[in-house]
Amino acid sequence: MRDFFLHTEVGSGLLTLFETLGILVPVLILMAYSTYFERKALGAFQLRLGPNRVGWFGLAQPFADAVKVFTKETIIPAGANRFLFLLAPSITFILACMAWAVIPVQNGWAVANINVGILYLFAISSLGVYGIIIAGWASNSKYAFLGAMRSAAQMVSYEVSIGFVLVSVLLCVGSLNLNDIVLAQSRHWFAFTPLFPMFIVFLISMLAETNRAPFDLPEGESEIVAGFFVEYSAMAFALFYLGEYTNMIMMSAFASILFLGGWQAPFGLTFIPGVFWLLAKISLIMFFFFWVRATFPRYRYDQLMRLGWKVFLPLSLLWLVLTAGFLEFFHMLPRSS
Amino acid sequence: MITLFFYLFSAVLLGASAMVVTSRNPVHAVLFLILAFLNAAALFLIAGAEFLALTLVVVYVGAVAVLFLFVVMMLDVDFVQLREGFQRYAPVGAAVGLVLFGELAAVLFGWEAWSGSFAVRGSATPSSVSNTVALGQVLYTHYVYLFQLSGLILLVAMIGAIVLTHRERRGALRQDIGRQQARRVDETLEILQVPSRAGAGQIGLFRPKHLPSPVRDREPVERA
Repeated sequence: MRDFFLHTEVGSGLLTLFETLGILVPVLILMAYSTYFERKALGAFQLRLGPNRVGWFGLAQPFADAVKVFTKETIIPAGANRFLFLLAPSITFILACMAWAVIPVQNGWAVANINVGILYLFAISSLGVYGIIIAGWASNSKYAFLGAMRSAAQMVSYEVSIGFVLVSVLLCVGSLNLNDIVLAQSRHWFAFTPLFPMFIVFLISMLAETNRAPFDLPEGESEIVAGFFVEYSAMAFALFYLGEYTNMIMMSAFASILFLGGWQAPFGLTFIPGVFWLLAKISLIMFFFFWVRATFPRYRYDQLMRLGWKVFLPLSLLWLVLTAGFLEFFHMLPRSS
Repeated sequence: MITLFFYLFSAVLLGASAMVVTSRNPVHAVLFLILAFLNAAALFLIAGAEFLALTLVVVYVGAVAVLFLFVVMMLDVDFVQLREGFQRYAPVGAAVGLVLFGELAAVLFGWEAWSGSFAVRGSATPSSVSNTVALGQVLYTHYVYLFQLSGLILLVAMIGAIVLTHRERRGALRQDIGRQQARRVDETLEILQVPSRAGAGQIGLFRPKHLPSPVRDREPVERA
């Protein structure tokens, strides 16, 4: 049995399939309940109950929504480019799922424990902009197009500072492997070291990268209706929605791995398995997303660009140089193995 | 199995590259270019150069091609007009291409690499270290001046582009965050005792009261 899975081509293919399902099914369930979590949290922030009709405490609400969306009609506008119009939501959703291949949920537990995991995640998150920009163009609608333009500029701008944050974490770890990054934090989580400002920069850039409030200008319902997905309905819309939440969970997992010690248990509470610690950290950062959404008004476009280019870029660059100088001066630079 | 994938990716790469130059719609051309980049990255992966593959995706697909797409989508190109001079300019284009190709070939055959790099050169997967480390060891030690030089060239290009396209906008309103933060309550608010049943005019109050003028770079000038 062991030989079949590890040493034959069919077996290893099947094993990869099972591993993929093993991570994607929990992620999709997590995604469904993160919409419930968001609505309940927003309800609490605004002194209301949130969803409470369908099922016990409204717990069946995500499934009711799914059924609703499945049974609706997909409308393709007359002037739209049919192929690209349907390709865009698929790209968003597929990319959001692809990223999970490298996320380690326990020591060595990742579908693909690759050498350049951090670069892979960075690449996948930078590809996310295509779903939006193609949707905006293919819809043949001015609001969708405006949303796409905003999104393209926004995501490219904030990627730059995310890149510098990643480099400064890499300098401390000396490896691009996500598993090594978590193992390097077995004594101190990076969020509680002098890398703390980078943690803050990452958290805020993460909001911009996933197009969430207060940087949800690509949607901007008060100015451009619903932005890039104005023309979408039914399943095509649902794929954008799924992609957005899966991306949020992915960025939360990324932030926990980079700064909050991934699956590592705090205070030596190692009797609880690491998977649950990772889940707890993901939930904490997801709560941060909703908290920010309930608290801050939307940024104006020029303010968004100013924050990205004039505040975060110099700050993260400076902190990167300081980190490198500190590590070099105290001979703490990790040596390549 | 790997050979099969190699031919698959190569075939898609060639097909996509051909479509880049032949497709009529410029947006489709850019999308084919992106497909070509992704397939090239896949080929790098097959060769074992995972760092190069992902850097290609991050830089070209994630940033450069997005800006391409951004610009091309905004253009309103008339293709009939664009094709008019094609016959006339084709020889010039071909000549320029030939010269560039010759120069590239000259550089390729005349290039002498640092002798120490032979251990890691020519093999995407050097035996001793991972290819990311190998790349860093060669690039930031013996090729550091060339590396810095290429950075400087990019900087010059960037400054050049800014200088060429920058125009002074007169009378534009600017937000000065520092000034907003420095504003105090007593500079903005005035609390008055208003007698009951008296209108704003009767107590000598006219709105808008004196408001500080918005931050301007200079006084607005008549637009031509």
